[in-house]
Amino acid sequence: MRFYEYESKQLLARHGVALPKGSKLAKSAAEARQIAAAIAGPTVLKSQVLSGGRMKAGGVLFADSPDEAATAAEKILRLEINGHKPRGVLVESRQPVVQEYYLAVTWDGIAKRPVMILSDMGGIDVEEVAEKHPEHIAKRHFSTLLPFTEYRAKQLVAQLASGSDVSAIIRFVASLARIFMQYGLTLAEINPLAKLSDGSFVALDAHVDMEAEVRSQHAGLLRELEIGDDETRMARPPTKFELDGAAINAADHRGVAGNVTEFAGSLGLIIGAGGGSLTLFDAVRNHGGDPANYCEIGGNPSVGKVANLTKLILAKPGVKKIAVMMNVVSNTRVDMVARGVIKGVVESGFEPADKIAIFRIPGSWEQEGFKLLGKYGVEFCDRSVSMYEAAGRAVAKAKRS
Amino acid sequence: MSILITGDTTCIIQGITGREAVSMTRECLDYGTKIVGGVTPGRRGRDVHGVPVYDTVEQVVQKTRVDASVISVPPAFARDAAFEAIEAGVKLLVIVTENIPRFEVAQMVELAELRGARIIGPNCLGVLSPGEAKIGGLGGRAVDARKAFTKGRVGVMSRSGGMTTEICNTLSAAGLGQSTAVSIGGDAIIGSSYAELMPLFEADPETEAIAIYSEPGGRMEADLARWVTDHKSRLPVVAFMAGRFMDAMPGMRFGHAGTIVEGKADTTAEKIERMNAAGIAVAERIEDIPALVKQKLGR
Repeated sequence: MRFYEYESKQLLARHGVALPKGSKLAKSAAEARQIAAAIAGPTVLKSQVLSGGRMKAGGVLFADSPDEAATAAEKILRLEINGHKPRGVLVESRQPVVQEYYLAVTWDGIAKRPVMILSDMGGIDVEEVAEKHPEHIAKRHFSTLLPFTEYRAKQLVAQLASGSDVSAIIRFVASLARIFMQYGLTLAEINPLAKLSDGSFVALDAHVDMEAEVRSQHAGLLRELEIGDDETRMARPPTKFELDGAAINAADHRGVAGNVTEFAGSLGLIIGAGGGSLTLFDAVRNHGGDPANYCEIGGNPSVGKVANLTKLILAKPGVKKIAVMMNVVSNTRVDMVARGVIKGVVESGFEPADKIAIFRIPGSWEQEGFKLLGKYGVEFCDRSVSMYEAAGRAVAKAKRS
Repeated sequence: MSILITGDTTCIIQGITGREAVSMTRECLDYGTKIVGGVTPGRRGRDVHGVPVYDTVEQVVQKTRVDASVISVPPAFARDAAFEAIEAGVKLLVIVTENIPRFEVAQMVELAELRGARIIGPNCLGVLSPGEAKIGGLGGRAVDARKAFTKGRVGVMSRSGGMTTEICNTLSAAGLGQSTAVSIGGDAIIGSSYAELMPLFEADPETEAIAIYSEPGGRMEADLARWVTDHKSRLPVVAFMAGRFMDAMPGMRFGHAGTIVEGKADTTAEKIERMNAAGIAVAERIEDIPALVKQKLGR
């Protein structure tokens, strides 16, 4: 879950990370004027959106007076960037910068340790620096079992900085590493970390990602930062259909059914499990199918939960048929899914044999499941029909309808 | 032969009295796995399908040899359970629990490295050596597991539990049995990656080829490609890559916790390119895997 820049900065500031003077969120032009007046000098105003490409889109403006700041804020607050409306505008003091660094703590999935990354070519895309100028990147892993002590940061910083900058940057690295560990973050990034003309360092921009798994552990922090429980902070905001799906999943703890992503097509998908859904979604698209949604069912969901998911998908405008497909299942019971889907179709006022394009879930309790499907005249297949082939049949049927 | 587990492997289940663990115990016993005990605090003296329950792992290892432990406890207790097993001297941990915070997974993995223990998972279904034993829910009931998994010479590794069974079933139907199938887990950090299990398959004389299931996110496939090249592996590898549609949807999490495209290296296109360069054949469809394996084996 991505934090807005102003939230990231609030979190860093609580742990002693220096920010540009006066850094504060404005929700209106009047508020921006007040903040700029308090700074009493040149300011920078930054759109608070989760999308990248802010600068290019005109979401970052400069001002030399409180009035200019108000005008800039008004522009930014009206500007949508890649479909994202700004949460507000961050107003900060603008000071001359003499050197920019990149600093981040993130996970290295291969080393299985957190890794600190520092570059003396800050402000630009770090992947590009790593590719073209590897000598300008320093990396160090650190232990998750030992307490973090400063020498690890020193080893990192000494590769790229010298003189009094070394100890100044070490303080930022150590703070960032400790924040990363304390809050279960997946990314803590300061880019750029700027050295100002007076020799001091500040975090000009910051980006923090927290994994969904630790949200409940840090409920207090999230409340203080005013991050709502329903904010998923994915690449795009959730749709109503997706929120309804999440509610179906949350209403019943047995298994998973309702983890949906909305697409525009006419073929509703009740697919699973994690890897099976990815495989089947690819297969539907390869056959030229037009999916109405992505979803994942698994972990033996209850009949009611599957029925509610079925109803949700059938109620989606434009959905003509649904395909019910999974890999060979071990824990999920075929008969339970069959009962759930049939119940959902019937309660939506449709004929199972007509609405269900295909049912391809082989595995545990398949005999019981197939018997039930046969009774309702639903086309089903066992493991002798591949996932790819089943998806093809579903797409063909949906196109005929 | 097989890797990780054989019919002689002795195993305990931590969290044995949980709903899922009770049925897993039944499945494993029916498949022939030696389950020598279970652990749930406060339940010492009871039994689950005849398997004695203890309060601590220590109580079991004092009585009998324990080669492996399946950890099936809620995410908030998983790190503690793993630490307990590792410190009691258990050398193979299969962690099926989902949604464990990444930092805690890294701590378990780091302690395991220090103590010379191996972790499979988390967020996995387990390990199955056909005809020998299965630990974890992989394959489901013994009767179903025997349908999908057959004894043979292909080693299988998969980031998806369900797709482990699907691939083995497809191989079996084509007359290609498996030496061992490993559901390695769907998290961004896991105890044993493809590349880390390769030396075990490489050393197993019965294994002749490898089939893997892979997804977007992370660098495990690139790491495997590097391993295969660096070690001039004798084993031909066939991969299946799911989630190709995700390349066009960066920042969206689908499937498992580790399945998200955040950078160029996470995309399926990049992974396929790296694997192809290392001589790993990438199948378009699951049903293409057996033919590719046979082709690689010159049959």
